[in-house]
Amino acid sequence: MARISVSVDGIRHEDDVEPRVLLVHYLRDRAGKVGTVVGCDTTNCGACTVLMDGMSVKSCSVLAVQADGCEITTVEGLAGDDGALHPMQQAFHECHALQCGFCTPGMIMAAIDLLSNNPDPSEQEIREGLEGNLCRCTGYQNIVRAVAQAAKAGTPDAAAASREEVPA
Amino acid sequence: MTTLAEGAVPEVGQARRRSEDAHLLTGQTRWTDNITLPGMLHLAVLRSPVAHARITRVDVTEAGSRPGVAGAFSGADLADDWGSLPTAWTVSEDMKSPPHLPLATDKVRFVGDGVAVVAATSREAAVDALEAVQFDFEVLDPVLDMEAAMTDGSPLVHDDVPANRCFTFSESHGDYAAARGRAEVVVNRRYLNQRLIPNAMEPRSVVVEPHRATEEYTIWSSTQVPHFVQIFMALVAGIPQQSIRVIAPDVGGGFGSKLDVYAEEAIGLVLAKKLGVPVKWTETRSENYQATIHGRDLIQDVEIAAMRDGTVLGLKVDLTAAMGAYLQLLTPSIPLLGRYMYPGIYKFEAHDLTCTGVFTNKTPTDAYRGAGRPEATYVIERIMDELAAELSMDPIELRRKSWIAHDEFPYTTVCGLEYDSGNYEAATDRAMELLGYDGLRREQQERRDRDDPVQIGIGVSTYTEMCGLAPSRWLGKTGYVAGGWEAATVRVLPLGKVEVVTGTSPHGQGHQTTFAQIAADALGVAFDDVIVVHGDTRTAPLGLDTYGSRSLAVGGMAIVKASGKVVEKARALAAHQLECDPSDLEFSAGTFTVRGSPESSKTIQELAFASFTAHSLPDGADPVLTADAIVDPETFSFPHGTHLAHVEVDTETGAVALKQYVAVDDVGKVVNPLVVEGQVHGGVTQGIAQALFEGAVYDAEGNLVTGTMVDYLVPSAADLPSFTTDRTETPSTTNPLGVKGVGEAGTIASTPAVVNAVVDALRPRGVNDVEMPCTPLHVWQAMEAAKGEPR
Repeated sequence: MARISVSVDGIRHEDDVEPRVLLVHYLRDRAGKVGTVVGCDTTNCGACTVLMDGMSVKSCSVLAVQADGCEITTVEGLAGDDGALHPMQQAFHECHALQCGFCTPGMIMAAIDLLSNNPDPSEQEIREGLEGNLCRCTGYQNIVRAVAQAAKAGTPDAAAASREEVPA
Repeated sequence: MTTLAEGAVPEVGQARRRSEDAHLLTGQTRWTDNITLPGMLHLAVLRSPVAHARITRVDVTEAGSRPGVAGAFSGADLADDWGSLPTAWTVSEDMKSPPHLPLATDKVRFVGDGVAVVAATSREAAVDALEAVQFDFEVLDPVLDMEAAMTDGSPLVHDDVPANRCFTFSESHGDYAAARGRAEVVVNRRYLNQRLIPNAMEPRSVVVEPHRATEEYTIWSSTQVPHFVQIFMALVAGIPQQSIRVIAPDVGGGFGSKLDVYAEEAIGLVLAKKLGVPVKWTETRSENYQATIHGRDLIQDVEIAAMRDGTVLGLKVDLTAAMGAYLQLLTPSIPLLGRYMYPGIYKFEAHDLTCTGVFTNKTPTDAYRGAGRPEATYVIERIMDELAAELSMDPIELRRKSWIAHDEFPYTTVCGLEYDSGNYEAATDRAMELLGYDGLRREQQERRDRDDPVQIGIGVSTYTEMCGLAPSRWLGKTGYVAGGWEAATVRVLPLGKVEVVTGTSPHGQGHQTTFAQIAADALGVAFDDVIVVHGDTRTAPLGLDTYGSRSLAVGGMAIVKASGKVVEKARALAAHQLECDPSDLEFSAGTFTVRGSPESSKTIQELAFASFTAHSLPDGADPVLTADAIVDPETFSFPHGTHLAHVEVDTETGAVALKQYVAVDDVGKVVNPLVVEGQVHGGVTQGIAQALFEGAVYDAEGNLVTGTMVDYLVPSAADLPSFTTDRTETPSTTNPLGVKGVGEAGTIASTPAVVNAVVDALRPRGVNDVEMPCTPLHVWQAMEAAKGEPR
């Protein structure tokens, strides 16, 4: 067992973990963060993507012990204290960028990281930036549209103001 | 619906943002694997590493003594606890349905076939203990090639199924031999409709909680069909139906792969019963690739007979369909679900179809998005292009000659199916306009003329499909064990809010939103006042679930019908309270008004409270505004559309680039255009994936080579362009809303459109087919094979 100290969505956890435990299993089984999901076993699908110290990682390819001392943000930690959606969550809703919703947590976290690296991406840059996240429902078109809208929105206020701009 | 006030905007037709999004966006989800119960054990299944072997020993003794292990069982240990897993469709008199136990006892028949299960206090402990199970076997020659499987001397997947033949089926409409005799042109092709892995993003998961005092069981399962699971688990495990409650919580996609009753549901139920504590099983993705059903996998031999002017006379189709190692819930019926769809939208006089189902040592096949209809559409839309090439006609011109004209509806096809409505001309004209068809043909010619290494291909698919499974009588006649009706309950609660209970079971389609839109219009209440309840056999006891683009066309109609009954109940109460005759009341925007006395009115929500108190009801009326309805449609609905694909094929590398994709669909009346567009995007993507990227590949020993997401190419955003979508709207005449269904349309249409485009690009080089998926290798092989025979 190894002792880790990790902050998850703003709450510090101190836990003993087996060295082989993956971060995603730690988050789901120990930290109760079941909003982050497992979609594959080969790091292809990206459904488990979280932010580790602000950078997106596939939490199935990180050991829990590697997260020692880190701050983890999951999809559950994005909304404001007042419950207001993060601009990316809002844009996904407005653009109908989710159907079954299983890939959505990872897709949103990857998209947030994409915009933090490239605040004004082209369509092709969005498509390539999300290459590591698979969706089987949407054909990606509305996801691309949502990320472009979130990029335009920039802030939560702007996102709220642009609500009606999305074409159906 | 006639319940709206003048000038009010109906909910149906609005691009409502989905009410189901909020919890999915914020991670407040209820996936089955999220469920943890006190004392819960985790299950892991030992699976066969070989395709075909006789089991000589499965010893779980050591595994049972590993740390944290509460129980370990072989198939033999549990053989008396369950029966065979169900197959719900007997497609022919000669069909063989061999036993299919949840864990094998005599032989293993595919890589992934379960042989033992371990229950332990953690997932890790269960997986670790699997390594201690002693599994000995004698390897047998695998049966892999369908045609070889049917020859003398082939090994047998099931010892009592001769020649591995599951069933034979044939059907004739008109006199094909005569049509062929008269034909001036006959074109033959063999198409391989390859095996696909459905890849719902949420792996399957099952949690079973036993209630020991009452011998009842709650099953949570990532399934499309909680009602089927309840019935069949009762039969498989010998537990009374009313003692089993099945809940489909949030379900992360299905595409047909969760339209099934699986071994692990039975394993979970039987172990929960035996061990007396809750159990959970969740598959890994690699396990999903082996042990969740696959789709397609047919050899399609096709012959079309026509006159030189393009008049089609007849079509003959011979199918060889892979069942895999066992029959799952609907396995044998899938190739035949397309049997009425081979003629597509065309008029001709004769159609012969045969189908042989074959067992092989591979993962069982079953429904995958479109289930039989994409396979049929692929054949007719590919062979129409081949006929056009043979006649040196434009493929769209050929189609125009033979399709049913908009003024010929209703039209009874050669198969005897009555198509109620459609306008193929309108959809095709719109698609051609959006693509810039004529300009692109000119550019194509220029590139051909200068022998550009990157050639342009244009592919068309003018598809139709049959939606809304289905009329129960039709299902009964074809050998299906269940019906196709759907149920709804509509309740206006005492405080004026509305609960709609549906027997369908959504898993991404957006029913919470679209069904609320339907009920809001029907009752004249606000969208936000309606909630939709589904996916639990205790709260929605009647239903036949979600598949076959049936939810709206059948389930939606049950909501319309139940809402109508509620309105009539409310009308009687309003008349009683307003002291008038019910026929003197107008109902508009949720309010009953006495004709000519606008001040005398009651809203349906006021009436709901009055009905709840029951202080003053008409004689004989029951309290509470609630009504049940069941709808069993008399026929199907027939969405259609025209899809056009524009590809570039690099003739030096074989690489295909999809440059443009135009989809013009006619799905009848649209309840929510946002949701419809989303279904089209996703459906088109899955069909493109079959055309260009995906294929389950086995090696000569029967190992699934494409065994993980590393090896099986589920397309990412970077692999696809943005699509251009539009709609024409020809309302269905077979249901009151005029809707048709949209869940599978895109998948049905897009595969032939894209392959037609790839072949079109290479036609001048003598290529007349490219095997799917059209990878650079397959394109290159097609070009090599055609060398020396240019047209």
